[in-house]
Amino acid sequence: MRSAVDTSRETPFRCLSVDMSWSSSSNYLCISTSSSSSLISSNELARFNRLACESERHRGKCQDLNRPTNIFAYNSLKPPSFKFDKGQRRKDHVLKKPRNISAYYSLKPPSYKFDALEPYMSKRTLEVHWGKHHRGYVESLNKYLEKDDILYGYTLDELIRVTYNNGNPLPEFNAAAQVWNHDFFWESMQPGGGNLPILGLLQQIEKDFGSFSSFREEFIETALTLFGSGWVWLVLKRNEKRLAIATTTNAVTPLVWDDIPLLSLDMWEHAYYLDYKNDKARYANVFMDHLVSWNAALARIARAQAFVNLGEPKIPVA
Amino acid sequence: MALRTLATRKTLGALSRFPQQLRGLQTFTLPDLPYDYGALEPAISGDIMQLHHQKHHQTYITNYNKALEQLDDAIAKGDASTAVKLQSAIKFNGGGHVNHSIFWKNLAPTKEGGGEPPHGSLGWAIDQSYGSVGKLIAKMNAEGAAVQGSGWVWLAVDKELKRLVVETTANQDPLVTKGPSLVPLIGIDVWEHAYYLQYKNVRPDYLKSIWKVINWKYVSEIYEKECP
Repeated sequence: MRSAVDTSRETPFRCLSVDMSWSSSSNYLCISTSSSSSLISSNELARFNRLACESERHRGKCQDLNRPTNIFAYNSLKPPSFKFDKGQRRKDHVLKKPRNISAYYSLKPPSYKFDALEPYMSKRTLEVHWGKHHRGYVESLNKYLEKDDILYGYTLDELIRVTYNNGNPLPEFNAAAQVWNHDFFWESMQPGGGNLPILGLLQQIEKDFGSFSSFREEFIETALTLFGSGWVWLVLKRNEKRLAIATTTNAVTPLVWDDIPLLSLDMWEHAYYLDYKNDKARYANVFMDHLVSWNAALARIARAQAFVNLGEPKIPVA
Repeated sequence: MALRTLATRKTLGALSRFPQQLRGLQTFTLPDLPYDYGALEPAISGDIMQLHHQKHHQTYITNYNKALEQLDDAIAKGDASTAVKLQSAIKFNGGGHVNHSIFWKNLAPTKEGGGEPPHGSLGWAIDQSYGSVGKLIAKMNAEGAAVQGSGWVWLAVDKELKRLVVETTANQDPLVTKGPSLVPLIGIDVWEHAYYLQYKNVRPDYLKSIWKVINWKYVSEIYEKECP
């Protein structure tokens, strides 16, 4: 966990708060500047203050009381090992600190073991797909964000929208969007998945596609007619207030059109090549029959209904 | 093993030839490889070559033929909207066929001269434009690794400007989409199916190894035809 406390003697206490934003339960930590200091618990705050005092004690006479003290990564804080020369005065503070605050995103593992999806998606595929591809995207995203703090302070969803830049994606877009896409994809699958959706989701699918089987056919056909690398999504369209099947190329996600994705299927070749070679049809069918997590989709649409009014409210007759 | 693969290749070609030629529409068949599937080891494994040729390329050809038939029908009926709608399928599948046909000719086993650097006018042109063959390779590898998703990286000659260019295309777009006067010399497939079984996600390793089996002789021939 990284956090920063900015204490200054003169100005009122300003706190860079740790904003733990969980979007689609994605595990990343983003540090954003916000004026509210209520997000840090009082324990943490006391700890920071204590550490701040400790480091100031070591600073000795060279301390510039007017300059704010920045402490980064409190868990690696230790007293400096060098002694001050009385004649020398360091411009900087005692602790060598990075100039910028960086936001870091973490690689969240799927909530099931790698061999839990056998025989439909092999352990090897998960090891390579998650361990190499997804990890690579996370690392390249972190590398991009280390360069400067222009893109500092966003949640991952916001970062995707910002870097998409309305169709002219910045270089960070690919990394950010693929991190999000893969997190979403792992959550869209579960061991023992498949079967039918239940409750409101089934009703909504039947309303918008006629029947579940026609939805399934359309989904699989869309997956097979996708050219190149991309994703197939079940989205809830905000404006039209209905479900739809969408395809995106490369790293694009329906988030950039402000739609709410409910399920995704990775049609990049790396997702199925080790298991199915070029047999996309079998992969798509197996996904629908055995892998797709309707529970996750149900949870997502339940949450989405807070934002999209899907039907007439059931007003009881008096 | 070689005999059996020869047999399957020939029958594949024969089967798809029959129905279409009766209707007068020129359709396409899977071209044979001038070398065995395993001949390009260890740069590209035999498994990949077989899948790539027999499954992927064949699928492009099958779908291209289908799209051409549908286009033929649409044109005969004067159905403009269907004709236009089929264009993306034609570009994708037809492009796939064209690109892969070039790709097979670009490769040669090491025994038959694969990987041997170019001499003659092509070598001289490369040295002039890029400094050395090594620098050209580095440039193409960098561009190939940077392709997002699926695509190709090309060394082409602009036949009007008589200049060598390095280009990338997305999906199966043929090179002419990047410039009408570009003639492809070398095309390297950076779709994941071209390397995944062997190199997994490490595309740069694939790009480094493939130069050991590039058929520079064929490339020089094409170049000399365009720029005598």
